[in-house]
Amino acid sequence: MNLVDLTAVELAEKIKGGEVSAREALEAVFRRVEEKEELLHCYVTLDREGAFKRAEEIQKKIQAGEAAGALAGVPVAIKDNLCTAGMRTTCSSRILDNFVPAFSARAVEDLEAAGAVILGKTNMDEFAMGSTTETSAFGVTRNPHDPERVPGGSSGGSAAAVAAGECFFAIGSDTGGSIRQPASFCGVVGLKPTYGTVSRYGLIAYGSSLDQIGPLTRDVRDCAAVLELIATHDKKDSTSIKREDTDFTSALRTDVEGLRIGVPRDYFGEGLDKEVKAAVLKAADTLRDAGADVEEFDLSLVEYAIPTYYTIAAAEASSNLERFDGVKYGYRAEDCQGLHSMYKKTRSQGFGAEVKRRIMLGSFVLSSGYYDAYYLKALRVKALIKKAFDHAFRKYDVILGPTAPTTAPRLGESLADPMKMYLGDIYTISANLAGLPAMSVPCGKDAGGLPVGLQLIGDCFQEKKLLRAAYAYEQAVGGFGTGKEA
Amino acid sequence: MMGKQYETVIGLEVHVELATKTKIFCGCSTAFGGEPNTHTCPVCTGMPGSLPVLNKQVLDYAIAVGLAANCEITRYCKFDRKNYFYPDNPQNYQISQLYLPICRNGWVEVETSGGKKKIGIHEIHMEEDAGKLIHDDWEDVSLVDYNRSGVPLIEIVSRPDMRNAEEVIAYLEKLRLIIQYLGASDCKLQEGSMRADINLSVREAGTEKLGTRTEMKNLNSFRAIARAIQGETERQTELLEAGKEVVQETRRWDDAKECSYAMRSKEDAQDYRYFPDPDLTPVRIDDAWLERIKAAQPEFRTEKMARYREEFGIPDYDIEIITNSKRMADLFEETTAICGQPKKVSNWLMGETLRLMKETETDAEDIRFSPENLAKLIALVDEKAVSTNVAKEVFEKMFLENVDPRAYVEENGLKAVSDEGALRKTVEEVIAANPRSVEDYRGGKEKAIGFLVGQTMKAMQGKADPGTVNRLLKELLS
Repeated sequence: MNLVDLTAVELAEKIKGGEVSAREALEAVFRRVEEKEELLHCYVTLDREGAFKRAEEIQKKIQAGEAAGALAGVPVAIKDNLCTAGMRTTCSSRILDNFVPAFSARAVEDLEAAGAVILGKTNMDEFAMGSTTETSAFGVTRNPHDPERVPGGSSGGSAAAVAAGECFFAIGSDTGGSIRQPASFCGVVGLKPTYGTVSRYGLIAYGSSLDQIGPLTRDVRDCAAVLELIATHDKKDSTSIKREDTDFTSALRTDVEGLRIGVPRDYFGEGLDKEVKAAVLKAADTLRDAGADVEEFDLSLVEYAIPTYYTIAAAEASSNLERFDGVKYGYRAEDCQGLHSMYKKTRSQGFGAEVKRRIMLGSFVLSSGYYDAYYLKALRVKALIKKAFDHAFRKYDVILGPTAPTTAPRLGESLADPMKMYLGDIYTISANLAGLPAMSVPCGKDAGGLPVGLQLIGDCFQEKKLLRAAYAYEQAVGGFGTGKEA
Repeated sequence: MMGKQYETVIGLEVHVELATKTKIFCGCSTAFGGEPNTHTCPVCTGMPGSLPVLNKQVLDYAIAVGLAANCEITRYCKFDRKNYFYPDNPQNYQISQLYLPICRNGWVEVETSGGKKKIGIHEIHMEEDAGKLIHDDWEDVSLVDYNRSGVPLIEIVSRPDMRNAEEVIAYLEKLRLIIQYLGASDCKLQEGSMRADINLSVREAGTEKLGTRTEMKNLNSFRAIARAIQGETERQTELLEAGKEVVQETRRWDDAKECSYAMRSKEDAQDYRYFPDPDLTPVRIDDAWLERIKAAQPEFRTEKMARYREEFGIPDYDIEIITNSKRMADLFEETTAICGQPKKVSNWLMGETLRLMKETETDAEDIRFSPENLAKLIALVDEKAVSTNVAKEVFEKMFLENVDPRAYVEENGLKAVSDEGALRKTVEEVIAANPRSVEDYRGGKEKAIGFLVGQTMKAMQGKADPGTVNRLLKELLS
């Protein structure tokens, strides 16, 4: 048995049972990291020393018979836009190259309280802006299934690390699909919870009204187990919701009898790769065979999601990223002549092209004279999109479709045509605009051996329905085999 | 040729620092002073990943001020981000309110030599204060202190309803009094807990259309405000007289030089790109909330004055002065509650207190002595334990250091000599030393006894009760 073939929950059980030590688990992961990291580059920062120290502490607790937490000793990778006290947090941007936070994100604290061991910080698109992890200031991450291809993004480092066995599970963030799309490209499970479920405190904001933190895991059980740990109410986040129904692992039932699944025709039109389409429809059939009621329907407003998303996310980003100015922390340009020169040089040199593009777009849609025409209108469309989903969820428990129109593109292809890259977000962004929970699970591969992702979208607070459908599907296909063959 | 007649039109933007213990979006202290960057946390220093959480007390105060100023309260209100780059603003956006301010369409009534007048209030909104920049000219660097960053403010925006400095000051006095009575702020112009920016324009008398306005900043006292209004009215009138145009701009008043200079013109005006802050959820103010605040509204000045007339029987003039400050009114009521002698309390406030305030340039809000101590002093006089003159001396000490008058009198041997034997001896000595006055008195000059009382008091270093001295003198001389 290779330890890195275990899921997070399996490993936790073995560590708790004394079969494996936290140190052995870490050693196994670092062996895998040594093997793969040079090629894949999943991490921006690795904290070998800190991780071993922490593993030792946890092992002592276990040996002393103390409660060490649900994931005691399980190594986790954290996306580099979640603050980690004392550990460099860069958002894969030059402007935060040297930034070491004084506090940890609430989600990180929750995981640490559960005994997880932080391996390091994963690579991402700069400030989570991108769909390929190529906009990182620290180099691209490669897809473990084909190193010539992107892992997706923006949580590409997290997804690739899970797929390659360079961690047992990872944490990502999802503003327009940034957990689900890389999960799809890398063949792992990824879930974006209902907005407000995981505290955003300590998540370096991109689009505050859309951002959610969520797990990237090898299987559905891990996904439910991790979500259970990080879905905590937080007084420090005004948008955090107090939920009583966070016992997500209780939803893992193999039957989907009577579960109503809607398949929007709008998600299977132009632009969708034939092989992806076939794989997703086959998954729908599998769920039907398992007892679910599956039918097609018209969702409407799908074509408005992309312009609405890019207006709102860019507007919020333009304001959220103002604090990176060279005054208080992070990068400051040299040879500045006065305050404005410092601002201009620092931000010109500190931010990459995609970030600048979105700051400019966001500043434009908020500027006087354009606010009503763009930003306000986008907010109205957002409300309409939410209504369309409300309507659909009166009839269905789960909406099923592809996560992305294609499998992972080749490196360099997407950035050459940003508009095309933006269009790739078409199936994922609606869930962010409507605040809905949505997850991606692997549903086979294309002819080139690249994973295809199945997206399941639920109504607000209905993560359990998603997990139930996903788990039933996983059981029906005999598991995803994630991380094992990579 | 007759010169044209001009009219000045003034509107005010008044910032008031609220008296909450903690900041508007985090738990840091709002205390004034403190070593730089000691009242700070990740939220009020704009650290990545930090998020604001609204301090509900700020809303309570803002609503209370709005109700007192006859405003409509916005029942569904939001915060907006005002985006601009400046190092005192750690996020480079200020959380403020543009689209749905907490209060709108109110008014307050002021009284000036021109009579009573209502001044309209356009809106009141909540926002966070910025930090403070300190420029080090020697090192050619600037330092920033974020202690003030995130201190809650309300901005009260008036309508352009004022026509002269007297009305402006009456309006500010009225706001200050309302807010002080509410306990929502101490409203000190000098310390910046109340700041007024003046929007002023001049137009030909009788015309409807407003002239081009300027905004005047850096006004730290009522005197500076009056001078700035005068100066700016003259400056704009001269421009118009010369056929020139007033430029819409922000100007900074230099009170030492008694003139203003342009800071920035409308052309450099920034686009603040306001939008609703996605980190804060909208606030719904339900009926119960509003009722709770209404029920807690204090007695304001007009009601207080009426009650004083009814309850205490002190002169209207005293009532006027005492109720013009929350601190004075509190002192008056609390001291009276202890000693039950409103007239005597009022006399101490109207006489010695006002005198010492003027002498030491102390604001009523900064009066330090406690009602307990004033009541003790009044009792000391009643007991004839100290003479009036000694009482005044003790009061001065109390005013400056809030000493306990009983302890102070005791420690400094100021207690009136009540031992009649000792006093009688001194009186006898005075009689022996002043035969002419004794003769005058005995000859029917009643007034001569006054001189003898004075001499006795002098010999006793004031520590005798003049009434007793008088009685003893009459006794011994009869």
